[in-house]
Amino acid sequence: MSAVNATTENLSEILSGEDIAPTTKISAAAAPARRTPYFETESGKRLVEGTVNLFKGLIPPLLGILLFIALWALVANSGKSIPGPSETWAAAVELFSDPFYNNGPNDQGIGWNILNSLYRVGLGFGAAAVVGIPLGFMIGRFQFLNQMLSPIISILRPVSPLAWLPIGLLVLQKAEPASIWVIFISSIWPMVLNTAAGVQRIPQDYMNVARVLNLSEFKVFTKILFPAVLPYVLTGVRLSIGVAWLVIVAAEMLTGGVGIGFWVWDEWNNLNVAHIIIAIFVVGIVGLLLEQALMLLAKRFSYE
Amino acid sequence: MQSYVQIENAGMVFNTKKGKFTALTDITLNVEQGEFIALIGHSGCGKSTLLNLVAGLIDATDGVLLLANKEIKGPGPERAVVFQNHSLLPWLTAFENVHLAVEKVFGGSETKAQLKARTSAALNLVGLTHAANKLPGEISGGMKQRVGIARALAMEPKVLLMDEPFGALDALTRAHLQDELMKIVAATKSTVIMVTHDVDEAVLLSDRIVMMTNGPAATIGEILSVDLPRPRDRLALAHDAHYHDLRSQVLEFLYSRQMRPKEAA
Repeated sequence: MSAVNATTENLSEILSGEDIAPTTKISAAAAPARRTPYFETESGKRLVEGTVNLFKGLIPPLLGILLFIALWALVANSGKSIPGPSETWAAAVELFSDPFYNNGPNDQGIGWNILNSLYRVGLGFGAAAVVGIPLGFMIGRFQFLNQMLSPIISILRPVSPLAWLPIGLLVLQKAEPASIWVIFISSIWPMVLNTAAGVQRIPQDYMNVARVLNLSEFKVFTKILFPAVLPYVLTGVRLSIGVAWLVIVAAEMLTGGVGIGFWVWDEWNNLNVAHIIIAIFVVGIVGLLLEQALMLLAKRFSYE
Repeated sequence: MQSYVQIENAGMVFNTKKGKFTALTDITLNVEQGEFIALIGHSGCGKSTLLNLVAGLIDATDGVLLLANKEIKGPGPERAVVFQNHSLLPWLTAFENVHLAVEKVFGGSETKAQLKARTSAALNLVGLTHAANKLPGEISGGMKQRVGIARALAMEPKVLLMDEPFGALDALTRAHLQDELMKIVAATKSTVIMVTHDVDEAVLLSDRIVMMTNGPAATIGEILSVDLPRPRDRLALAHDAHYHDLRSQVLEFLYSRQMRPKEAA
């Protein structure tokens, strides 16, 4: 009721007021009560500036994406084998409208496939972190261990991830743990090497402080080693998760089961190229999100 | 009576890739309790090496070093070091940096409240109570160096070792910290060995100036007693003839008798 009253009051005020006189323009400009337009106030200016900057920041990436799509459309049009952007988009809309259906082990929604892949990456990568980070600390801290292990690491590190798959299949007898094993062995190296490098690059000054204070090995670890090395560890973790996600697609293509890699292979057998292109985007975007999440984590823990 | 710090025929030979490098040879120096010693010499003369020997961060290859009649073996908190570049741990606040040292030295015998009081007192001594909860990255270079001094003093060391503690600071900040250090040392009666390359700093602060010859195989060239009365005031000394005389003796040693060897081109 009050709202209605207020409106009526305002209305009558406006109607009876002198504002409606023919000289509106002049009186409005001269009126002392004239409010500064929003875009002339401080916060308004900031909003405008922010919006302009946002668009300036957005234009180059948007242009890049548009060019990419245009090129893709061109290639798709010239041949007939590759579906174009609009065709793929339609397929993606249909695919993502029901991401979690389940028609048995060989026909599940895209959501299940992604989650299964993430689960395998999580297990393999998690195990690699649990083993790799402490190992890196020890290699960095003890010269003897470093000299002992560095030839082995140098030989094993450049091995293609999939070369480990037969060993995994042989020892573990099953496809599922074998693919997790491949993730483990291929994503462990960046964490080992970065952690070790971080420990070795601790400024001598910090270690001298520890020596002058006669700190115990435990205090050296918690007060100096760990905080000093943490940024290096997180760099290793970030590189590792990238590798793990890179490898999972290839591993799943070979081992089968539910997962984004197997899904790509399955769609290839169905000759559904649009779905393969969708899978490429999905793999790329999920990988990007994983890395961004870890970047945020790294920022949170950097002390500088 | 035996001296507090005794260095007898100490020598240091480093094994480098190019073979043996003799940094120091035949260093003999006795430091009394409560004495302020400045080590001065051109860069590369091994003055920091000598300080590191006393600190125990490196072991002498020749001779003996004693502190209160005990052989110096390895570093320890009774020989606190103020490092040239402050060496604060960047992830700990000023308070935590000092507390780490206090906890280590007195943690076995004192309560937590006492440890905290000691830490606060040390920060108060260098005038940094207001910055106790700041990280090293948030304070100026001079303040960082003061935290480093507070950390060393809080350990109540038998000898305070300072490796060019004010070398990286601007002239005004340096003068200010020198004055503060003089007051602190007078109040705590600390025994100090300080490495410096600043002639004025050496004359102003120390009781004796140990002048080192150029390396390799550097040794003590001359020891100058600075018999200026304390407390010393830098403004008054600026017009003091004896101060200028001492100063020119050091300069004469450094620039006439120990001409800096020509830099290898």
